[in-house]
Amino acid sequence: MTAMLAQKTHALRVEGLVKTFDVSAPWLNRLVERKPRQHLQAVNDISFEVPLGGCLSLVGESGCGKSTVARLVTGLYSANSGKMQFASGPDGKTLSAQMIFQDPYASLNPRWRVKNIIAEPIRELKLRKSAAEIDERVVELLKTVGLSASDGQKFPHEFSGGQRQRISIARALASEPRFLVCDEPTSALDVSVQAQVLNLMRRLQDEFGLTYLFISHDMSVVRHMSDRIAVMYLGRIVEEGDTEELFARPRHPYTQLLLQTIPNIEKPQRDRITAGGEVPSPFKPPSGCPFHPRCPSATARCSAELPKVRTLASGTRVACHLVQED
Amino acid sequence: MTTDVSKQGATPRPSMRQRIRNSDVWWSFTHSKSAIVAAVILAVLVLAAVFAPLIAPQNPYDAAQLDMWKAELPPMWEQGGEWPYLLGTDTQGRDMLSAILYGTRISIVIGLASVALSLVIGMTAGLCAGFFGGYIDNILMRLGDITLSIPTILIAILVSTVVRQLLPADLREIGAAAVLVLAIALSSWVQYARTVRAQTIVERSKEYVQAARLLKVPSRRILAYHILPNTLTPVLVAATLNFGMAILTEATLSFLGIGMPPGQPSLGTLIRIGNQFLFSGSWWIVLFPVIQLCLLVVVVNILGDWLRDVLNPKLR
Ligand SMILES: Nc1ncnc2c1ncn2[C@@H]1O[C@H](COP(=O)(O)OP(=O)(O)OP(=O)(O)O)[C@@H](O)[C@H]1O
Ligand code: SF4
Ligand SMILES: [Mg+2]
Repeated sequence: MTAMLAQKTHALRVEGLVKTFDVSAPWLNRLVERKPRQHLQAVNDISFEVPLGGCLSLVGESGCGKSTVARLVTGLYSANSGKMQFASGPDGKTLSAQMIFQDPYASLNPRWRVKNIIAEPIRELKLRKSAAEIDERVVELLKTVGLSASDGQKFPHEFSGGQRQRISIARALASEPRFLVCDEPTSALDVSVQAQVLNLMRRLQDEFGLTYLFISHDMSVVRHMSDRIAVMYLGRIVEEGDTEELFARPRHPYTQLLLQTIPNIEKPQRDRITAGGEVPSPFKPPSGCPFHPRCPSATARCSAELPKVRTLASGTRVACHLVQED
Repeated sequence: MTTDVSKQGATPRPSMRQRIRNSDVWWSFTHSKSAIVAAVILAVLVLAAVFAPLIAPQNPYDAAQLDMWKAELPPMWEQGGEWPYLLGTDTQGRDMLSAILYGTRISIVIGLASVALSLVIGMTAGLCAGFFGGYIDNILMRLGDITLSIPTILIAILVSTVVRQLLPADLREIGAAAVLVLAIALSSWVQYARTVRAQTIVERSKEYVQAARLLKVPSRRILAYHILPNTLTPVLVAATLNFGMAILTEATLSFLGIGMPPGQPSLGTLIRIGNQFLFSGSWWIVLFPVIQLCLLVVVVNILGDWLRDVLNPKLR
């Protein structure tokens, strides 16, 4: 695949992204307790591409750095190093990302009426001129996400979690984005509501040609949503591939573990993935392959040497010493 | 609804009524006897002070209205009392009731003005410290720590002495009230700053603020429309309680002789003047201003306590 072609078909290309947090105690405490500065490597040398009009999902256990990637991509955090390149949209401007957040309660200002929440992006970005046009657009957006025009008069606390998430989606759509980052948009919702919101998001993707970077810890949700999946472990991507390929032939031992923990694909599982063994602390990542303390097929080489990312013939990229090109 | 949307470009605000959740507060008000009594007394005191020129028998600032022959008259119900000097007169023939009404007026105005000024200082400092963090936070909060480590009265004395020295002599009388307001405000802004900073840090990390940041809403507007309204409740309670404190501080400073001059007496000035006659038998010159001051501060504090209980969901 040439670089030219790649630019056409990818909405976002990320290379070697690194984010470290300074989690040191205040300097006075450090001085008194003689502790060094402490850094937390939340995202470690991550590269991926999001197909234009498609959906790339990031999956992984709690604390593996999914939200940090989301915030890096949207620009809420700035990366320590690495490159991020958004493709340009039909209007020639580079795409900018909007975000749908996990917590349907904290993501809407409790003191604002819903119509004002949805109108904020329209006003800020000056997408409509007159007040009447803004009103009209707000009603249109409310209908798009399956709410009624009169819901605009209400306050967020008058809605259920699923409805609030619809409002969040309407607000994100109000800025007329091409790229949406969805950070676990349904993990706070009831199973039945989850499916409705996910279906709404699929429909909107087709309708508006949206590109999604979708984040979840739930493999069955991810399967429903994505074209490609990137599996994260401790700040790194350990395997990335097309959804069906990854489900049919998981190559990395961690991916295999994740897939085993799905009890029933038809019934989405809401609990966090609990694979065998403890997740190591991101402060002191294990030497070599970060997964080796929990890996059933670990060898001596695994604890000494970090496995390189290898691209297989199927297009899957995987970082494991045991996976050989086939 | 069309009115607030019509302000194109401006980010809208929710209605005032919703903001303080009027109905809840009102319900609890109608169910609290002490709050009702305090509110009624406060209303009477404030109205009497506001309409002092209409109610008071005399203008105590107008030397021409003072009658030396009527000096040190006791209250009406005592032997030797005279109409219209209901609460007696002081040594210059000034009607005590009039002096108290006008004095209350000055005390309330200074109290309100200093609370308003310290609110502006404290909330601005708290919002900036909480929102921007880093060295801005450090500088502002260390300044606050320093302020808190010096007793309020001392700060007030320092400020009023310094400013007084800087003012030309002919402005000192006029500037006395302004100096007091500044002194009290500078000594009481820290509480607001801390409250607002803590709340700002909580709100700043909430996702709705991040959603606004993604839209590149300028910090100024995020602070004004998203964060500030969510910090108002605790600040409102603190401000009510501090209003009582400010009146007391003003009285103390005036009592110590660095506040309002005898020509424009506040309650504190009246107490200072009256204090000299306490043992000469003219007790009314000091007792009535003291009663008025206590009453004013007590009802304000009762209302402040009630408000705190109502607005603090943890206590309900
Ligand atoms: N602002 C921050 N400051 C310091 N550490 C942070 C910050 N944000 C995240 N971290 C740390 O970075 C690591 C990755 O966090 P992140 O929120 O990206 O994980 P996640 O995969 O989204 O987890 P979850 O599924 O629980 O949302 C965690 O160890 C977390 O403690
Ligand atoms: S490199 Fe070794 S430890 Fe890491 S996943 Fe592969 S087999 Fe397991
Ligand atoms: Mg997360």
